[in-house]
Amino acid sequence: MSHRVVITGMGVITPIGNDVTTFWENLVNGKSGVGYVTQFDTTDYSVKIAAEVKDFDPKDFMDRKEARRMDRYTQFAIAASKMAIEDASLKMDEVDATRVGVYIGSGIGGLGTFEQQHKTLLEKGPRRVSPFTIPMMIANMASGQVSIMSGAKGPNSSAISACATGTHSIGDAFKIIQRGDADAMIAGGAEATILPMGFAGFGNAHALSTRNDDPQGASRPFDKERNGFVMGEGAGIVILESLEHAKARGANIVAEVVGYGMTGDAYHITHPDPQGDGGTRCMLAAINDAGLDPTEIDYINAHGTSTEINDKFETMAVKKTFGDHAYRLAISSNKSMIGHLLGAAGGVEAIATALTIRDGVIPPTINYEFPDPDCDLDYVPNEARKAKVRAAISNSLGFGGHNATLALRAFEQ
Amino acid sequence: MADTFNRVKELIVEHLDVKPEEVTLEAGIKDDLGADSLDVVDLILNLEQEFDLDQIEEEDSEKIVTVGDIVTYIEKQKQEQK
Repeated sequence: MSHRVVITGMGVITPIGNDVTTFWENLVNGKSGVGYVTQFDTTDYSVKIAAEVKDFDPKDFMDRKEARRMDRYTQFAIAASKMAIEDASLKMDEVDATRVGVYIGSGIGGLGTFEQQHKTLLEKGPRRVSPFTIPMMIANMASGQVSIMSGAKGPNSSAISACATGTHSIGDAFKIIQRGDADAMIAGGAEATILPMGFAGFGNAHALSTRNDDPQGASRPFDKERNGFVMGEGAGIVILESLEHAKARGANIVAEVVGYGMTGDAYHITHPDPQGDGGTRCMLAAINDAGLDPTEIDYINAHGTSTEINDKFETMAVKKTFGDHAYRLAISSNKSMIGHLLGAAGGVEAIATALTIRDGVIPPTINYEFPDPDCDLDYVPNEARKAKVRAAISNSLGFGGHNATLALRAFEQ
Repeated sequence: MADTFNRVKELIVEHLDVKPEEVTLEAGIKDDLGADSLDVVDLILNLEQEFDLDQIEEEDSEKIVTVGDIVTYIEKQKQEQK
């Protein structure tokens, strides 16, 4: 028997707010979270801007000792998970904890921990390297720590697929509940790579925007003057539940997860398929999985990174997927405001997609000024729009040619 | 001896997030102060650095159970280094 799956709780740590209410209000109001990097000295770096999480104190969510043995990305995951669990009023002692799982990934994992300990290794030798290095660094540890924190003893794993991680994690968790292997899942992504190695690596790959003189105008998805993504950080975590389980405990339902698609480009390590084939097949797979007709999709929460090639080929894929309907549906990129949260992007953007459906408000793509002939769809430029959204998809496309799409629908009995 | 104890205490408070008054010579590092095996290794590495000690051999570190054991070990090492 296939189970219906609903979202009953959400938690975020983002560059424009460390709780869902603040995040959503700022997203709808078109507020940019981008500024100059404060976490390290960018003097020698070509990129000096990022969308940093502000005013995050791990001690608000865990004790000092726990915080010390967690990388920043895991601290974000713990914080967002705690808020999501609370939002869902999910009490582990009132449910079967062996039927509650965790599926949280990170695109890169504890890069900050690795940088710090590698410096110690080179400067002071192997004896001085912390025994916590590996458990802090590995990219599955958010799932491990969230299960320890919450007591969730069900299926526990993590997806690692670069910028598609968050979407894969929620999609895989959705399938686990749909097929009956769990009643509820804590799922999403977390990332913290605003670090020297993150900037040197992504910067030299020419993936990052160098619009250092205009931080808040740097992330401009689908605009002709776009020149790279702005790195963000944070976490986005949802509580997914089977409909029976949610109803039995009287949980508040935000939206229904109805479809999941994933494909591979089989093309290049960083460059998307220039025919948009992988993205097209991915969106179609999610829509088919949902049992929807493409014309029922009113909104696409785009991957929309603000790199020249992503936005061009994602647009192409949307047209191939939807035909004429591509010109009627609305598309927007949250990354115009929060930057690219890499492995956390899909988590945060799934939440934005669910809220778009719930509230009937589509957040805008800000910094949209100059039309690009390659990107000629309705990107909801600069101002949020009130609209009834029956169903929506959220796209994530990752280095390696990983494509993932979630389909969400307004919940109806 | 008192100086060594105070420095050890400071390190333990910092690393194990315990209250200073909990760190007595008799307190068990695992049983009373809540350390796990990784905490103990971390503590030992930091003690070596703080007190400029030679690498603590595994058979010695296994004998370290209480805060007092740490202080005694450090004092003994300092004597030998002289």
